[in-house]
Amino acid sequence: MSIITTLLDYMRGNEKKNAAVAKERLQIILAHERAGRGGCAPDYLPALQEELLEVIAKYIHIDREKIKVQLEKHGDYDVLELNVTLPENARVG
Amino acid sequence: MAKVIVVTSGKGGVGKTTTSASFASGLALRGNKTVVIDFDVGLRNLDLIMGCERRVVFDIINVINGDAALNRALIKDKHCDNLFVLPASQTRDKDALSLDGVGKIIDELKESFDCIVCDSPAGIEHGAFSAMYYADEALVVTNPEVSSVRDSDRILGILAAKSKRAVEGLEPVKEHLLVTRYNTGRVAAGEMLSVDDIQEILRIPLLGVIPESESVLQASNSGTPAIHLDKSDVAEAYKDLVARFMGEEVPMRFVTAEKASLFKRLFGGR
Repeated sequence: MSIITTLLDYMRGNEKKNAAVAKERLQIILAHERAGRGGCAPDYLPALQEELLEVIAKYIHIDREKIKVQLEKHGDYDVLELNVTLPENARVG
Repeated sequence: MAKVIVVTSGKGGVGKTTTSASFASGLALRGNKTVVIDFDVGLRNLDLIMGCERRVVFDIINVINGDAALNRALIKDKHCDNLFVLPASQTRDKDALSLDGVGKIIDELKESFDCIVCDSPAGIEHGAFSAMYYADEALVVTNPEVSSVRDSDRILGILAAKSKRAVEGLEPVKEHLLVTRYNTGRVAAGEMLSVDDIQEILRIPLLGVIPESESVLQASNSGTPAIHLDKSDVAEAYKDLVARFMGEEVPMRFVTAEKASLFKRLFGGR
């Protein structure tokens, strides 16, 4: 069964696109590294991250690692991306 | 006006020296008086790739220290009349490669050459920095692989911030992307970053794509720059690269896979 599905997947081109994973990882890490490289890097970002973390921690028990603040350039405009991974059973702290 | 072109990448083993040798040869074949300089002090290899290793007498550090005149250290290439190699030192400390010393050599070379190709060592240390500092243009050699793309991005950052042109506020170094060791079959299968992916990530114009090929090893085995290997894909791709660098419009080749037959797809033939 699995061999047949694998073969079918292969022929249909459905296998996991490894290159897409590589591209996504690169885009994320490079946005981060470019931001940290000075010049256009806004220096308020770490402080912003810290304050956001405090506010969120008031309401939810959250791991410090589970919050990410990123500034990305998309052509002419910047996008501030805030990513908070909530724990499975988030409770008011 | 002489042009200084650095061949750089950050990551090692992506094809900088192979590219420097073929690119410099291609420029010379098109009538440009060209010199290619090895900046990898301590680990010189351009001499081997160019096939002139037994003719090295003086090197770049000898010239910087005033032990030898520049024209005595230049080695005439065996394939092209108007191509010369300036080897790196094998024994000296890389710190002997002073920025001032390199600047003097480049100024002197500018008087009699059209193109000065600087083969950078890997890394972002002193040798790589001296190779890129005086550059007018940069060939950023990148493999379709995450660590190479990341390192290229890093190098682009350094070119934009620390090169002479950047420091003096002149027009920025003109950057060109060269993707090497490209395997169209694996790209088509979704296993390898495509040229478009890399370009989208690095955001610099693509100047060429060199296919992954067994001929590169053959070329290095015999000390002949790959561009001289008749009828090989790699030689054709390097000739296209040089033509584009000279301003010609040449369509990109070696970027799409031939459509594999059902038979090949079923049995994994290559």
